[in-house]
Amino acid sequence: MPQAERGSLAPFAALGSAFTGFIGELGALTIFFLDSLRLVFAGWGQFPKVVRQIYFIGVQSISVIALIGGFAGMVMGMQLYFALAIFGADGFLGAGVGLSMVRELAPVLTAIMLTGRAGSAMTAEIGVMRISEQIDALNIMDINPVRYLVAPKMAASIISFPILTAFFNLIAISGGWLTGVKLLGANEGVYWSRVQDSLNWSDIEGGFIKSLVFACLVCTICCFEGYFTHTRKGHVGPEGVSQSTTTAVVKSCVIILASDYVLTSLLW
Amino acid sequence: MAKAPGIRLENLSVGYGGIPVASGLDLTMPGGKVTVVVGGSGCGKSTLIKHILRLHEPIEGAIYIGGHNVHSLSGKAARCMKQQMGVLFQDGALLGSLTIFDNLALPLREHTRLKENNIREIIDHKLKLVGLSGSEEKYPTELSGGMRKRAGLARALVMDPQVLFCDEPTSGLDPILSAELDHLLLDMMAHFDMTMVVVSHDLASMRAIADHVVVLGDGRSLFQGTVEELDASEDEYLRRFLDRLPEERDTPRLTMPPIGVDMFKDDCSKLLDLQHDD
Ligand SMILES: Nc1ncnc2c1ncn2[C@@H]1O[C@H](COP(=O)(O)OP(=O)(O)O)[C@@H](O)[C@H]1O
Ligand SMILES: [Mg+2]
Repeated sequence: MPQAERGSLAPFAALGSAFTGFIGELGALTIFFLDSLRLVFAGWGQFPKVVRQIYFIGVQSISVIALIGGFAGMVMGMQLYFALAIFGADGFLGAGVGLSMVRELAPVLTAIMLTGRAGSAMTAEIGVMRISEQIDALNIMDINPVRYLVAPKMAASIISFPILTAFFNLIAISGGWLTGVKLLGANEGVYWSRVQDSLNWSDIEGGFIKSLVFACLVCTICCFEGYFTHTRKGHVGPEGVSQSTTTAVVKSCVIILASDYVLTSLLW
Repeated sequence: MAKAPGIRLENLSVGYGGIPVASGLDLTMPGGKVTVVVGGSGCGKSTLIKHILRLHEPIEGAIYIGGHNVHSLSGKAARCMKQQMGVLFQDGALLGSLTIFDNLALPLREHTRLKENNIREIIDHKLKLVGLSGSEEKYPTELSGGMRKRAGLARALVMDPQVLFCDEPTSGLDPILSAELDHLLLDMMAHFDMTMVVVSHDLASMRAIADHVVVLGDGRSLFQGTVEELDASEDEYLRRFLDRLPEERDTPRLTMPPIGVDMFKDDCSKLLDLQHDD
């Protein structure tokens, strides 16, 4: 091909290779996810590891989820009250807070918070094990590193995310009550009955499905980035691990919001 | 008693991502003997070990252990092969989240149906062997470099492997500790029937333990044979390596730098007067 022609095609070539790279990574992530999911059920030996991970991912995140949930609910109660009061519709405060939390904010904010707290730690932990040859050592000892390291995290994420999302809902709706009712003076009985009336089972279910999907996405991306930190171009060793951690958190957050859009349009 | 298997490399090229680090390797590492692989830093010694251990696919050629092509084994046979091999990695590669005891217990718990008290007996024995009794409940980061290596060795031995790989077992150890480690390796050779492949660039340690020497360098194998044959060799690179001579350079190593930094530093002589003690 003549030089000039190749030059004019260069952007397309770059686009093409970026696209195939993206498809390739998508495939690798899917295989990684399915593999770790399958290996969750590889014997009873997994059980104590899952419990330990639930403690780390779930139990140790309770306080921060409570904090985030509380403030998100309080802000929501306040803002919605001001907005609704303009139309004299402050009776709908409970519906507004309840629906926005259960459908959107609780799953998304919980997932983003857990990405920062637990997901980054997963990447760093697995990445350090990779660069210090611990994963090689597991391989040599005929211990599947995905089963030993990733599968318990996957199981624990799938269990912890929905529970923490439910907990977030509880705290956030109470936070809305605190500002909307106790501080600004909306009617208490109306608030709670609106929360109850407006929420259908499908809303709860949708939020639950979202949190499950986010759990799988976050855990897969964070573990994948750590597991393959040595294949990064340009950055090796500790610097590579820190880069992988950053990448994992950014990718997870973007994917959470993007998939939230897709899920919302599919579910409702 | 079954004889320990030997290792044979046939026209092997090892490397990463299709780019060879060392190629054209035709080597034997005899069974039941200590083979020491020496060579400069970065010449691919660890890479070679990792390929023999199936952590990477070779670019070309084949690796035979006990007559079996390791990269063509699959399923159960591949797992049996893995369980016959023990590895001491360069930095020990102990799992940071587990105590020394749990590190050693891990392969036993995963692959055997031993009872907890039997596991404890085995681990006590292996730790005594490497002189680490009493460190069971410590974490790897709480040990010194030498202790970590010995703990890594104990873990490599815990499944009673027939082939033991040690990646630079004596690097970073003081002369006394490295001599001790050499003795430990020789002791193990005397007590267990095993094949040992030791990567090293410590010539003293090579002389102490080697039955068979392989020299890597320049992306290929430069020598294989006994220590006596190596000493008798006339090859220029080998002589330099053995006599610890630096590479000859055209330009002199030390010349005055183009800019003296001293003039541009803060003048601290008033704040800090450094005395010339006799
Ligand atoms: N995972 C890897 N990916 C790409 N190159 C590597 C990797 N590991 C090592 N190398 C390169 O391979 C060469 C040989 O490394 P290594 O086998 O560790 O040397 P040594 O003989 O000191 O053990 C070095 O140039 C190193 O940069
Ligand atoms: Mg090395």
